[in-house]
Amino acid sequence: MNRVLTLGRSLVLWLALPIVLLVVWWFDSAGSSSFYYPPLRTIVSALHREWLGHRIVDDVIPSLVRLLVGYLVAVAVGVALGVLVGLRRRVRLAAEPVLEFFRAVPPPVVVPVLLLVVGIGSTTKVVIIASGCIWPILLNTVQGVRGVDPVLTETARCYGLDGWARLRTLVLPAASPQIMAGARQGLSIAIILMVISEMMASTGGIGFTVVKFQRNFAMPEMWSGILVLGLIGIVLAMVYRLVERRLLAWYVGMRRLERGEG
Amino acid sequence: MTSQTTAAVEVRHLKKVYEGKRSFEAIRDLSFAVDPGELVCIVGPSGAGKTTLLKCIAGLLRPSGGEVLLDGGAVSGPPEQMAVVFQEYGRSLFPWLTVRANVELPLKQKGVPAKRRAELTDRALEAVGLADFGSSHPWQLSGGMQQRVAIARAVAYEPEVLLMDEPFAAVDAQTRADLEDLVRKLWADLGMTILFITHDIDESIYLGQRVLALSSAPTVVMEDVTIDLPAERDQLTTRALPAFADYRTRIYGQIQLAKAGGRPAPVVQTVAG
Repeated sequence: MNRVLTLGRSLVLWLALPIVLLVVWWFDSAGSSSFYYPPLRTIVSALHREWLGHRIVDDVIPSLVRLLVGYLVAVAVGVALGVLVGLRRRVRLAAEPVLEFFRAVPPPVVVPVLLLVVGIGSTTKVVIIASGCIWPILLNTVQGVRGVDPVLTETARCYGLDGWARLRTLVLPAASPQIMAGARQGLSIAIILMVISEMMASTGGIGFTVVKFQRNFAMPEMWSGILVLGLIGIVLAMVYRLVERRLLAWYVGMRRLERGEG
Repeated sequence: MTSQTTAAVEVRHLKKVYEGKRSFEAIRDLSFAVDPGELVCIVGPSGAGKTTLLKCIAGLLRPSGGEVLLDGGAVSGPPEQMAVVFQEYGRSLFPWLTVRANVELPLKQKGVPAKRRAELTDRALEAVGLADFGSSHPWQLSGGMQQRVAIARAVAYEPEVLLMDEPFAAVDAQTRADLEDLVRKLWADLGMTILFITHDIDESIYLGQRVLALSSAPTVVMEDVTIDLPAERDQLTTRALPAFADYRTRIYGQIQLAKAGGRPAPVVQTVAG
């Protein structure tokens, strides 16, 4: 009962500000005759008209698939490389300058280059997304792997945990809080790159559609596309939160206890 | 060595020098033997290379000279028949695993079948008084309880040799007394060899059948004292025995001598098992 109550209270708190903002927007724009600032009512009906029909299959789902494939590739490769770099001192020394370089390059800058090299197509977009969002994942994994407690490492050695078992039972769980922090950053970058790659060269997808509306001066439709992107962002953040809560329950609990929040 | 039986642990002319800009000779020449089933305490001033010694025995550090034999075989890496309990209990338990999973993990790695694993885990948790805490996470427990989990994990592993590196240095006095009695009890029940490292002279006398007093670095054995106290030990009466006080005076004297840079009269003392 108490739990339900707390949950309900958090939900109210969580929804309050968005609702207030939407209400303000709704009434503020209701009488607007500006071309660029259409009433929210018009935007919502555009959202309904444009995005709930064929566009889900033609644009939204393909965008999301590219996003997920690119992101998951980045997580897999980033964690694998990060573990390798983190565990092997020599690999780390050799790789460090390159990693720092790529981290410093803003991912969208690479988009035109990749478009030229790999061409236009779904694969290109997946490559763009993966190659852009891999860096925070990789670098955080390196830090996490390096930060494994030496006492824990020795304990694992004493009990014969080596090779694959060591990776699975010690290194990955110990690094998981930092890996997840990297994955969070990576997710935001992935969404940005999904949109940018579609805006620059594409014949479909959410980013492409938003630009198309804008070029045709279809303002309410353009706004509705932006809303769709924002909603996708919220949903993905919630999914991430769920995954994190499952994987890092121990970490959250431990930290809460350390801070004395019992 | 004059013993007929093979020593459970034998340290022969162990030497450890940490190489670096300024090399540090932690252990100069250390020799001693521990018989199977013996409970030996190693006591020394801080900085006596006690932890270095333990890590060499556990196969976590490679000695610069000499060797460590376990049941007659040279140690080159962490041996399978050995378990270690570290001082830093909070850092030696896996925080993402429950108490139960922590105890079970080494058994899984050893390939113990699930049913036997559950049995061993139950028994070990029961023995340390944590039968009801299997599904808790280690960080939800007090320091003394966490160290109990580490002890349960070591005991469930069924090692022939149990190494303990100042395991109670970071718990409060009352808990410490309880844990000392727990170690005596487990040792009496399970009959494994225990090598217990501590800086606390009283603790070493209370627990050990034998106490090795170490010098400060570069470390050698100052004295090897057989503790001839009744096997049934009690925090109050045993510690109040005149013999207890005598041992304390003797070992304390050695430690003071060691701190002042003293060396034992004979250069190396080899102990017959």
